[in-house]
Amino acid sequence: MAEIYFSKEHEWVKVKEGIGAVGISEHAAHELGDITFVELPAMGKTVKQFDILAAIESVKAASDIYAPVSGKVIKVNEALDTAPEIVNESAEDAGWMAWIEIADEAELKNLMTKEQYDAYLKTL
Amino acid sequence: MNDSHYCPHTPEEISEMLAAIGVSSVEELFAPIPAELRAKPLTIPAGMSEFETFARMQAIAGENTQGMTNYIGGGFYDHIIPSAIDHLSGRAEFYTAYTPYQPECSQGTLQALFEYQTAICRLTGLGVSNASLYDGGTACAEAAMMALRVTGRNKIVVDASVNPFSRQVLKTYLFNLDVEIVEIAPVNGALDRAGLAAVLDETVAALLVQNPNFFGTIDDFTDLAQQVHTLGGLLIASVYPVSLGILKSPGEMGVDIAVGDGQSLGNPLSFGGPSFGFIAAKKSLIRNMPGRIVGETVDRNGKRGFVLTLQAREQHIKRHKATSNICSNQGLCALRGLIFLSLVGKQGLADMAVLNRDKAEYAKARLAAIPGVKVLQSAPTFNEFTISLPKPAAALVEGMLKEGITAGVPLCDFYEGLENALVVTVTEKRSKKEIDHFATLLEAALCN
Amino acid sequence: MQLIYEKSIPGRRGVKLPASDVPSAAALPAHLLRAETAGLAEVSELDLVRHFTNLSRRNFSVDTNFYPLGSCTMKYNAKVLENSAALFAPFHPMTALLPGGEEFCQGTLGMLHDLGLLLADITGMDEVTTQPLAGAHGEMTGILLVAAYHAARGNKAKKKYVVVPDSSHGTNPASAAIAGYEIITVPTAPYGDMDLELFKKAMTDEVAAVMMTCPNTLGLFNPHIKEISDIAHSHDALMYYDGANLNAIMGKVKPGDVGFDVIHVNLHKTFGTPHGGGGPGSGPVGVKKALIPFLPQPRIIKDGQGLFQLESKRPGSIGRTANFFGNFGVMAKAYAYIIMLGREGLVRASEQAVLNANYIKERLKPYYDLPYDMTCMHECVFSASKQLAHGVHAIDIAKFLIDRGYHPPTVYFPMIVKEAIMIEPTETESKGTMDAFIEVMIEAAQMAETNPQALHDAPLTMPISRLDETKAAREQNVCCMA
Repeated sequence: MAEIYFSKEHEWVKVKEGIGAVGISEHAAHELGDITFVELPAMGKTVKQFDILAAIESVKAASDIYAPVSGKVIKVNEALDTAPEIVNESAEDAGWMAWIEIADEAELKNLMTKEQYDAYLKTL
Repeated sequence: MNDSHYCPHTPEEISEMLAAIGVSSVEELFAPIPAELRAKPLTIPAGMSEFETFARMQAIAGENTQGMTNYIGGGFYDHIIPSAIDHLSGRAEFYTAYTPYQPECSQGTLQALFEYQTAICRLTGLGVSNASLYDGGTACAEAAMMALRVTGRNKIVVDASVNPFSRQVLKTYLFNLDVEIVEIAPVNGALDRAGLAAVLDETVAALLVQNPNFFGTIDDFTDLAQQVHTLGGLLIASVYPVSLGILKSPGEMGVDIAVGDGQSLGNPLSFGGPSFGFIAAKKSLIRNMPGRIVGETVDRNGKRGFVLTLQAREQHIKRHKATSNICSNQGLCALRGLIFLSLVGKQGLADMAVLNRDKAEYAKARLAAIPGVKVLQSAPTFNEFTISLPKPAAALVEGMLKEGITAGVPLCDFYEGLENALVVTVTEKRSKKEIDHFATLLEAALCN
Repeated sequence: MQLIYEKSIPGRRGVKLPASDVPSAAALPAHLLRAETAGLAEVSELDLVRHFTNLSRRNFSVDTNFYPLGSCTMKYNAKVLENSAALFAPFHPMTALLPGGEEFCQGTLGMLHDLGLLLADITGMDEVTTQPLAGAHGEMTGILLVAAYHAARGNKAKKKYVVVPDSSHGTNPASAAIAGYEIITVPTAPYGDMDLELFKKAMTDEVAAVMMTCPNTLGLFNPHIKEISDIAHSHDALMYYDGANLNAIMGKVKPGDVGFDVIHVNLHKTFGTPHGGGGPGSGPVGVKKALIPFLPQPRIIKDGQGLFQLESKRPGSIGRTANFFGNFGVMAKAYAYIIMLGREGLVRASEQAVLNANYIKERLKPYYDLPYDMTCMHECVFSASKQLAHGVHAIDIAKFLIDRGYHPPTVYFPMIVKEAIMIEPTETESKGTMDAFIEVMIEAAQMAETNPQALHDAPLTMPISRLDETKAAREQNVCCMA
């Protein structure tokens, strides 16, 4: 079972063997409403933690998605190109957006655990 | 106070409203404005009645010379405007509405814009059109900015036979950005393909061309599309919509983005506006389109309806990251364009294009028969062509104005070495008799 | 309703073209021609007239419905303005640009020049260009003027930012971004204006301009405006005035007097020209003296003999922002509006616009949350937060209003107000119309408590019910291909 961490901007990363699967939280997906488009990052792109990784649009909103960890994009979820609704249906699983080869796992300390994130949501 | 001037309240009503608000005077409502910031009285004249206003406007219009016979174009064309257009676009339900943010009570505007987008797509042979831009020049600039975004590059190559005003607008839009604009001078009124090949490379975001160009020359850009695409850039073509009744469409040539001015489609000359700019592109570029786009959908009962769509591209949602800053566009003029295209219709637009060219070809032959007058370009032309005169065109045009004729657009202000060149435009409105008269006057003027 | 293309019958014609009186020209080479005639409609004139007449009946408009769309100033558009603009239909703009051509266009050039003077008086500016084609186009033109000003002083590289409040219209940051600037957004303070302390912190010598709407999109006049402009000027930043809300202050405050250096005005809002279902608008830009050298060209000037001339080769100019002289027809309407109302009429328009907005604000305050409870200018912004407790959103109230024959106010803007309902009645509405609207708004508030489902179901009286916007955005059916 991979460990999951959350950012304040509502991204998550699931870490397994140095690779992080990245997406947005169920809370964020719900807040955005029906998602109509996910602008996936380019393959091979390197990002720093909290840099813009991708973008997401719903009917009435557009948001940037920030990289929860630094590293290189090694895989993107092309299914979202044609079926962005997957993010609504399964934000924290099938709605993943990219795999990042994590540059520095020490950065995970800048993120929240599931319990911390749930507590954080209650403060919003 | 001579009348209400559209403020309907009686003094009694004003008193009731002030009481409801809990203030004693209207002036009190302006208390949030610090006294030291208050304006000195306006110095503009006192008001007048509607009757006097209209008389004043008539007097102003009367200060322009009436009834000129036009042989000028340059982006605005003196075409027929069927009467139904004024009446339908003059329906208050269209012209006193605004942007259709609430689709349930704006289906009239929304469906009309969807039909407009359809007409522009079919005319240009491309997959997506927006709901209008401002004019032909700003449409060129928007297309260029779209190409900069799509390619991530910062160089635009422009054929200088593109309308000089549009090129100036493009330069204005881009002057504070880190973008290089490279212009290729035309040769004999046509695109210089050799000169172009020398500057096209993998740093070019887009090549901007025009058909027919400012000289009136018709071209086929199929080869350029292939060339630009090989280098990873986009091809933008500015086109004259009436000519698309017969000319090869941008889509058929492989053009990525087509733009143009829609004035010729049912909008009056009106001293330069309002007209509308159109922009159409390959469907794959839809997310980078500027401005409003109307899309088809269904309501809760599965009934077809139309909405503004992909609004997340736009300034009211994406703010500084929007694909454009455009908000108000030229919707009513686009509606006039749609009504024009629908009324003239499929075969009618083709016939109108042929008629324009026939008239222009007749005029071209008549003028070229005058001693000393030559046609500048060897390539085919549409309803504009360029002649070179035995003397400077500017003085000749100035003289002809006094005869009530706008004889053409001299090229001296726009191109070096073309002091004697004149672009002449002939639309379907010019009769053989008028053209013969024009030729006679021109010949006489050249003999003096 | 069917699309016009679905009503087409092959071979049907709507217009008879003028007969040709010249010989047919030799055919063009095939490679220059399109393979197939473009698939336009094929309908008779009557078919077409019915089609568009019936389409028009599916619109709400100012002439048919109260249209209190906040920020858009949907005032009545006097009919004489339409007749006035039509007088100018035949004039070709290129005539004025021909050698000696100005002489033949003294009426139109003179009107543009005079309109510039009138707008300069109203806004307190030194010169106005009438070229910009809409409000956002004016914003971009204005920010390009700012850029040219800084560049001329050798500060192009230094000036990187434009400051906007978070309550600003989206066009402000979009226009500044297109003109090459990065954006700094300053939050709104609890008193409803840009937070003065945060603004001070945001200001550095790298700021090129501060863009303000005043009164702002909450309908509030910023009493610190002079202080803000003084701070901006101390950093050599220019003050930009978004004229979207000018209808509130004509004759009361001149933006030029309180420190603004550049302004655009929306003729289609303040000066009574119709909105056209989305345009055309017109966005003339006024500037202070220091910016005159950079104004777009051609510039219209009055020479020593009183003749209007075009100046087309000015070295400092930012160039053309439009192909010709702007949306002339719209400006003819605005000009007629200004001379008809005159100085007293314009002041009265602003006074009654402010009176009407405050009247609606006070009457609805018991029923809707008013997040910034103070005297407003020409518009007021409520929140549907009370109704949200019953699961009713601003959009539900908007749709209910449609059923009752009202165009909804602007909803969900400004973004800083949750469930915003932004009401701008304008001066042309009668007390009776507003009272009836207020009653329906009160009914909506009551229904939110008693029968929220009825609000969710609205509208029921329109040709269509609520539309699936998600489907539209995902499927992108944006034209009907032949």
